[in-house]
Amino acid sequence: MATEAETGLAFHPMDQFVVKPLFRHIEPGTCVPSQNITEGCIRWYEPTNATLWLGLTALAIIALFVFGTRGRAIIPNRVQSIAEMTYGMVYKMLEDICGKEGLKYFPFVMTLFCFIVFSNYLGLLPKSFSTTSQIAVTGVLALMVFLGVTILGFVKNGAHFLGLFWVSSAPLALRPVLALIELISYFVRPVSHSIRLAGNVMAGHAVIKVFAAFGAMLLISPIIGIVVTPLSVLGIVGVYGLEMLVAIIQAYVFTILTCVYLKDALHPSH
Amino acid sequence: MELMGQYLGAGLACIGMAGAAIGVGNVAGNYLSGALRNPSAAASQTATLFIGMAFAEALGIFSFLVALLLLFAV
Repeated sequence: MATEAETGLAFHPMDQFVVKPLFRHIEPGTCVPSQNITEGCIRWYEPTNATLWLGLTALAIIALFVFGTRGRAIIPNRVQSIAEMTYGMVYKMLEDICGKEGLKYFPFVMTLFCFIVFSNYLGLLPKSFSTTSQIAVTGVLALMVFLGVTILGFVKNGAHFLGLFWVSSAPLALRPVLALIELISYFVRPVSHSIRLAGNVMAGHAVIKVFAAFGAMLLISPIIGIVVTPLSVLGIVGVYGLEMLVAIIQAYVFTILTCVYLKDALHPSH
Repeated sequence: MELMGQYLGAGLACIGMAGAAIGVGNVAGNYLSGALRNPSAAASQTATLFIGMAFAEALGIFSFLVALLLLFAV
C-alpha cells in the first residue's frame, strides 16, 4: 500500500492547504510535541503563508476602495465602478433583508463580504494559499457573526429574543418539540456557516489539483497520456471557471446568511 | 485492514453527495418553474434561492468533511 502511494500522485491534492512558515523550511515529522520534538512546529510569532495571504487580502481591499474611489469621478472609471457596484450590491442586500434599521450594521457586513470575495479570488492564483479554505479562518468569522447576533438579539429584545425558539403559531403540544429543534438548529448555525465556505473552497481547489495530477499522465505513459492529458487540462479550465463562480457565490451566501441571522436578532417574531 | 476501512468509509461518505445534489436540484428546479410562471416576481426571490441552495448544499459539504476526517484525522 505504501509503495503504491509513492508511485501514484507526485503530490498530494491536500498539500496546498498546509500552513507553512514563510522564512523557514520544515522537515515533515519534526513536530511531535508529545515526544519533545518541537523544531518543526510553527511558533506563534512566526509569519506563515496564511499570514501573508491574509495581509494581501487586506491590501487588495484597501487598493480597490481607497485608490479606486480616490478620483471621485462623476463618470466612474472601471475600478471605481467595481467599487461602487460592490458597495451598492451589499447595501441593497442588507436593506432588502433587514430593513432600514439593519443598515446600522452595514460596515460589518460589507467587511465580511469584501474579505471573503478577495481571499477567495486571491486563493485562485497559482501557487497562492487560499485562507478561506482553513476552518480556523472561516470559523472565527462565523463565530463572530454568531456571538454578535446573539448578543445583539438579547440587547435589543431582552427576553423576547427567546421567542425565536417558541413557535407561537404551532399547536401548544408541538411547541416544546419545535423549541428543541429550533434550539439545535440555532447552535448548528456557526458550524454550518463556517464549514460551508471552507468546504466549498477546499473541495474546489482539491479537485483542480486532482485534475492537475492526471495532467502529468503524459510523462508516465504516452499511450494513456495522449487521451488523458488533454482531457484533464480541459477539466482544469472548466473547474477553474466554476471556482471563479463559486468564489463569489459563497461570499454572497455567507453575507446573505449573516443578514438573515441579523434579521432574526432584530425581529425575533416567529 | 484499518486503512481499508478508512478508505471504504470515505468512499461511502461520498454517497451523501447524492442527497445534496437532489436537494440543490430541487431548489433550482422549483425556482425555475416558479420564475417561468411569474417572471416579474423572479428577480426579488434570487436571495431566497441562494439561501435555500446554501442550506441544501451544506449537508453535502458535511459528507465531504466526514470523508476528509476519515482519511486524515482518524
